[in-house]
Amino acid sequence: MIKLTIDGLPVEVEEGATLLEAATKLDIHIPTLCYHPDQNVKANCRICLVEMEGNKLLVPSCSYPAQNGMSIRTHSPKVRRARRNILELILARHAQDCLHCDRSGTCELQSVSEEMHFVKIPRYPYVARSAESDHSSPSVARDSAKCITCGRCEYICSEVQTVHALSKTGRGFEMQFRPVYNRPLGESICVNCGQCVQACPTGALTVRDETQVVWHTFADPGKTVVAQVAPAVRITLAEALGEPPGSISTGRMITAMKRVGFHKVFDTDFTADLTILEEGTELIDRINNGGILPMLTSCCPAWIKFCETFYPELLPHLSTCKSPQQMFGALLKTYYAEKLGILPQDILSVSVMPCTAKKFEETRPELGRNGIRDIDAVLSVQELARMIRSAGIRFDTLPDTPFDAPFGLGTGAGEIFGSTGGVMEAALRTVYELVTGKALRNIDIKAVRGLEGIKEASADMNGTHVKVAVTNGLGNARKIMDLVKAGKTDYHFIEIMACPGGCIGGGGNPIKENAMMTSRLDAVYRLDKELPIRKSHENPAVKALYEEYLGEPNGHRSHALLHTTYINRSGLLE
Amino acid sequence: MLTETRIVLRNMDKIDPVSIMDYKKRGGYQPLRKALAMKPQDVIDQMKLSGLRGRGGAGFPVWKKWSITSAAPGDKKYVICNADEGEPGTNKDRVILSGDPNSVFEGMAIAAYAVGAEKGYLYLRREYPYITPILEKTLENARGEGCLGSNIMGSQFSFEIEVVSGGGAYVCGEETALIESIEGRRGEPRFKPPYPGVQGLYGKPTVVNNVETLANIPVIIERGGKWFSEIGVPNCTGTKVFTLCGNITQKGVFEYPMGTNLKDIYETHGGVKDNFDLRGFMLGGQSGNLINAGQIDLPMDIDSCQQAESVLGTGTIMVIDDRHDILDIVENIMTFFIEESCGKCTPCREGNIRIYEILRRISSGQGRMEDLTLLEDLASTMNVACLCGLGQNSSVAVITSLHNFPDVYLKAIERGQRA
Repeated sequence: MIKLTIDGLPVEVEEGATLLEAATKLDIHIPTLCYHPDQNVKANCRICLVEMEGNKLLVPSCSYPAQNGMSIRTHSPKVRRARRNILELILARHAQDCLHCDRSGTCELQSVSEEMHFVKIPRYPYVARSAESDHSSPSVARDSAKCITCGRCEYICSEVQTVHALSKTGRGFEMQFRPVYNRPLGESICVNCGQCVQACPTGALTVRDETQVVWHTFADPGKTVVAQVAPAVRITLAEALGEPPGSISTGRMITAMKRVGFHKVFDTDFTADLTILEEGTELIDRINNGGILPMLTSCCPAWIKFCETFYPELLPHLSTCKSPQQMFGALLKTYYAEKLGILPQDILSVSVMPCTAKKFEETRPELGRNGIRDIDAVLSVQELARMIRSAGIRFDTLPDTPFDAPFGLGTGAGEIFGSTGGVMEAALRTVYELVTGKALRNIDIKAVRGLEGIKEASADMNGTHVKVAVTNGLGNARKIMDLVKAGKTDYHFIEIMACPGGCIGGGGNPIKENAMMTSRLDAVYRLDKELPIRKSHENPAVKALYEEYLGEPNGHRSHALLHTTYINRSGLLE
Repeated sequence: MLTETRIVLRNMDKIDPVSIMDYKKRGGYQPLRKALAMKPQDVIDQMKLSGLRGRGGAGFPVWKKWSITSAAPGDKKYVICNADEGEPGTNKDRVILSGDPNSVFEGMAIAAYAVGAEKGYLYLRREYPYITPILEKTLENARGEGCLGSNIMGSQFSFEIEVVSGGGAYVCGEETALIESIEGRRGEPRFKPPYPGVQGLYGKPTVVNNVETLANIPVIIERGGKWFSEIGVPNCTGTKVFTLCGNITQKGVFEYPMGTNLKDIYETHGGVKDNFDLRGFMLGGQSGNLINAGQIDLPMDIDSCQQAESVLGTGTIMVIDDRHDILDIVENIMTFFIEESCGKCTPCREGNIRIYEILRRISSGQGRMEDLTLLEDLASTMNVACLCGLGQNSSVAVITSLHNFPDVYLKAIERGQRA
């Protein structure tokens, strides 16, 4: 153990602990900006500097290791002066428009300024870091004037996701993080996962807002505004509205959405179950008939673009199933419109997602028919939370409302789509029973649960030893894909989710740190456990839909509505 | 009048730089042979006895650096010669490398033997391309004679040296930025600790020594640490290779014992030209100090300079006569650092240009008295808060000129207020 003194207080920490960690142990708060608990240490913002006795230079507490006998001062006059001067330099480069910033209230720069009580006008003239305002991406908006060049976006994009869409350009005063090859983000290799938004301390990277079209359509009496809500949303919405991570709010969420103005609120769990039947049938077919294996899941649009860009030769491995969002959209604009006797263009099909890549997915030209989009707007959890707040709804005391029929019934299997391993577990629950004809005795398949980056499991199904793998985070996907590409795996089925932790870690959720993920994950499986039906193929509403409309899984109509094709995007790398 | 004490420059103009035979005739590679017969620890002990401190500017004791790397665990270790001599006005490393490259390579080999490295890199300033063929030819000749390469002089010790061209950035003279550059990334400094001695090139323990430092090593081994320690002043032993530039009559690279008085050096080399008066000195390069003519009585060694709130740095002495305006010089220095800041840390990225803005305001007659406070406030923050030596020292010229030439600023502000 290392013994040192901070602000006169003795403290003991493990060897290798930083001064910041030691101070935290004493409940001494040191402001930080480039520091992120889930990232490498950068030590570039210099806000967390502290004074070390006997040292002329101030040292960054985020990187400096605690050593025996050190005497540290975290808020000495020398430290305060330097810290305020540094903050002043940052503020003189940062857009002065907090009042209409997306991150006002959750901005780390704002909170550092507030806690340091920096209430003066900087002594330097304001010079924007860049006038560049990049709204080319359907998912992520970039406002370089708010960038403080901490590098957290680049780290998550390059080191965790291995996409390398953002890169440091220029030097000195001109240094910036920009999309590679000087392209607008929307024309770049960005896969729209939105993890950079989660990492950004300020409003420099935000989720592209689509609430306006929804608000406008509420006012149009000729339109039916229909929402589908993804499984993860009920886990993270309450958190976005100030409740602790893992607060489940399904019933309140539906009530709030009805009060906001949605005419119908459906459950994407329904098409998650449908996905399992389609994808499970496809898997069985591939295994039995010598199809291309391993089959790769296709629910995650960031993963799909990643595969299309970096592994186009593996596209035949992707399941042809549309994502649950797009299956839902297709059903809304065909079956549901017919059922209601209205024109598909009179439905505003809105999906509420924990995801930013879904905003990209809705724009894919191959999804839709006759020029009519299946999804008209995708709202992130952050956007829905904002709509609820701005409608004057107090969320915590709302009563519960159930989802609307006919797409209101989902199973536990659909529910767990929200976390890494969920699609796989749901698929195994169904595929096992379809293949063996036997009831699965223990349906909690723990081997595929948890936040670990790469998980494996296997199951014996009528003599076939089915091997599966589950990954989350694109860096892990890359590891597995390299093995698949080299022919070095014997998996039959691989679930891939782009975001660390799966959809509950998605870019459209409230800003997270990994420490919150366990609570979100627990909530997912809590929901699954509570539901009376936990296997997709037992969903009576899904069965009814097949009987009434679709025919059979992978049948003619299913194929037309629920399956899709992919595009080789490797040209983006040139 | 001073006479030079040539240790580092011992072979200057006496040999064909690339010739291994010429170098050997002057005793070259005997020190390496001698070192190879010693225990590595004994080599380090000789460095300790010599008191040699790094000549790149920071003055860290060589034996300490080597001991750290020697003791650090690692399956591979590296020795890097920092030849990224980017400090404007400094030419000593260029002269050493082009005049006697073997002395540096031999120093690297001894260092490698002492710390247990088998691979070395010489990181050469981009703007010295004409030196590359000299270095390559010298390496080839030395390898041919078995002085470098595999099983040097029949021993178990092998050491390969590779010359790497810099990327043209001043900041790569900072050892961790240099390492990043060799690894193929943007030349940006890393935070320290961990220091390169423990975690350097490719994460391995790495000794980074300056050209001049390394050129001293063979002589220390040959003649003993004790002999070396008697040259110069206590705690700052040996000689220093100075670069004289600016308005001095005799410009060039000269070697004097540590502690030699600035006044003597100045006078020996003819002072400023007739009809002009001495205004001051810029010591240690652009990142160094501006002192006035009255501060000329200054022993030029690391500690004395520090005590006088000055800096020895790279040993560059830029003489300024009364034709030059100090504000103009400081402004010019700041444009250099605006250009050379890598942009990684906040105070350097944002600060240099802000200092320049304030200086321009003052020199153009728009200055206010508060600007002096702001200058001091910002410059002193950069001094203690920046991530690397570049940012920590880019504003030293401003701070020292405020202290040593206060009238320059006051007059400019008053002139503006009158107008």
